[in-house]
Amino acid sequence: MGGSSRFGRFQGMLFASPALIVLGLFVIYPAYYTIRLAFYQGDFNFHFFHYLGLKNFKDLLTNDPDFLDTSKFHGFNIVKELVYKSDGGALINNVHWVIFYLSFSLIIGLGLAVLAVRVRYERAVKTAIFVPMAISATAVGIIWLFVYSPNPDTGLLNAIIHGFDNGFHPIAWVGRPSLVNYCLIFAYIWASVGFVMVVLSAAIKGIPAEIMEAARVDGAGEWNIFRRIMFPMLSLPISVVTVWLFVNVIKVFDIIYVMTSGGPGTSSRVIAFTMYEETFQNFSNTRGPGYGAAVAVIMLVLVAPVMVLNVRRFRSERVVT
Amino acid sequence: MATVTFDHVTKAYADGTIAVNELDLLIKDGEFLVLVGPSGCGKTTALRCLAGLEEITAGQIKIDARIVNRVPPKDRNIAMVFQSYALYPHMTVFDNLAFGLKLMKTPKQEIKRRVEEAAKILNLETLLERKPRALSGGQRQRVALGRAIVREPAAFLMDEPLSNLDAKLRVQTRAEILRLQRRLETTTVYVTHDQVEAMTMGDRIAVMNLGVLQQIGTPPELYDNPVNVFVAAFIGSPAMNFATAKADDGKLVLGGTTLHLSGEAAKAAAQNRGRDLLIGFRPEDLVLNGNGRADDVHIPAQIDVVEYLGHEELIHAQSEGHEIVALVPSEQKVQAGQEVKFAIQSNKLHVFDPETELNLTARG
Repeated sequence: MGGSSRFGRFQGMLFASPALIVLGLFVIYPAYYTIRLAFYQGDFNFHFFHYLGLKNFKDLLTNDPDFLDTSKFHGFNIVKELVYKSDGGALINNVHWVIFYLSFSLIIGLGLAVLAVRVRYERAVKTAIFVPMAISATAVGIIWLFVYSPNPDTGLLNAIIHGFDNGFHPIAWVGRPSLVNYCLIFAYIWASVGFVMVVLSAAIKGIPAEIMEAARVDGAGEWNIFRRIMFPMLSLPISVVTVWLFVNVIKVFDIIYVMTSGGPGTSSRVIAFTMYEETFQNFSNTRGPGYGAAVAVIMLVLVAPVMVLNVRRFRSERVVT
Repeated sequence: MATVTFDHVTKAYADGTIAVNELDLLIKDGEFLVLVGPSGCGKTTALRCLAGLEEITAGQIKIDARIVNRVPPKDRNIAMVFQSYALYPHMTVFDNLAFGLKLMKTPKQEIKRRVEEAAKILNLETLLERKPRALSGGQRQRVALGRAIVREPAAFLMDEPLSNLDAKLRVQTRAEILRLQRRLETTTVYVTHDQVEAMTMGDRIAVMNLGVLQQIGTPPELYDNPVNVFVAAFIGSPAMNFATAKADDGKLVLGGTTLHLSGEAAKAAAQNRGRDLLIGFRPEDLVLNGNGRADDVHIPAQIDVVEYLGHEELIHAQSEGHEIVALVPSEQKVQAGQEVKFAIQSNKLHVFDPETELNLTARG
């Protein structure tokens, strides 16, 4: 094999180099730059100005109620946290995003995938559900702004509720700190569910029909086939989709920017939104882009372990199948 | 253990294809019935109808006295072995075997006992903790069988379970399945396209073609008395020879050769005087240079090719414009190009009506 000789190795590097150069220029160097910047205050030109050590991180986690306000966080009493949801800062908001966006996207997507393979107009149904995927997040945001509009003449949601209850007073769905996050999450679920459905329904189709038939003859009803055959056999695609959703939700930004700009107040901020605000908007004497870079580093730290797990999982699956 | 009845069962698909047409079968308790036919003949569809995986269009399927037309597969108390084995890839062998029992809410101890018993019968004891992907083809096949037997169902349905095995393993497993069925005495419906499998395994064989049952009977009945051209050609290997001959009183004229007949064949010829009939004779019934039995019929031929098989040899020859095959003991030395005479007993000659394709010499 050429790979073992010196020339072979050189040749290999030569072929890999364009990709490596691009990767280095656009991924590795910016990542290094950002991580380094997180230890500085930084200035308008993103220079490494005024070394602060860990101060940015310390401030973020202990001294910035917009990012993390533990005084308003109901701890790990999840029920209480959800019922008395109040402004716990961007990080807590993002935790809500992870919990709701992830679980509902998966459940609805899986449900639709299971149902879609059974309906006669499967392709039409799937296309309809997949369409939001093809719309930009900005457009999704605008569509849902209309849906949530407090004006009952434009706001679909208010109009629907009004249709059932004449005495109902229109609600400013995205104008209430207690509701705004769930409204945003729901809009984003609407936009992502199509992807989950398409991936999982393809995976369902990959399960040999004979296996399902064997289970039916073995005495399994629909529920047992789903629970004991389909679901376990979908575990790999489900985990892939989960990672995709997780990464998606950690970096969610555009829909929030369009719909609420983090408001009302700061109540719908999330990590990525805070990063944008702090890096490009929020300069002051004490805070520079370094503060935003620190937010970016926290984001990286949250995503990295999931990616590592995912890659590892993939590797192990590939070996055995 | 149960009887299985197909009563005028028809399965038509939405596009109008009739996969099974008016199928009537009575499978006795404990019987090993083989459904055989070429691909697309409806045998697998018939089996899937019995399993409940396909809904039938007309007729009735009964397991014992119970009509199961509308009973879902899970409530039919049958077990099926699939061609692809259809093992659950995410479960260990133990869980694969236990799956049906778990669904029936069998107590854990009982599941363990029955799985271990089945594993013992099928030699799977050391493999119980493995996943299907870590098994060889033969082992997977045994797990598929095991999954069927642990449930102690009313009937086994097997859909070409040997077709994914190599030739040697197939012969071995064939015997294994037979032994297992004799031991458990469970009614078995076995689908195959391989007539050798059918002949060696079945208590009775049902031959199907184009969705229609052609003949049902024991292997010797089908071999000796095929009811029509299709069964005659399908059963037996190498396949039966066919030739067209003109019928006359007590004889048939095959090209320039007159075949003087006796028995049923003579009767059939007499009844159809002046018509062209189809004669059929098995390669193994042909005797090279037969030594003059009174009721022998002689057929002249020129040898094309001789295939040496060891114990026997297969002679391909031309006779009166027809290609014929003879299976003879290999000590008889013949060569390509040689002119020979084959002899065949008159009562081994089948005469078919070329229009109806029915056997005019069928006995009983």
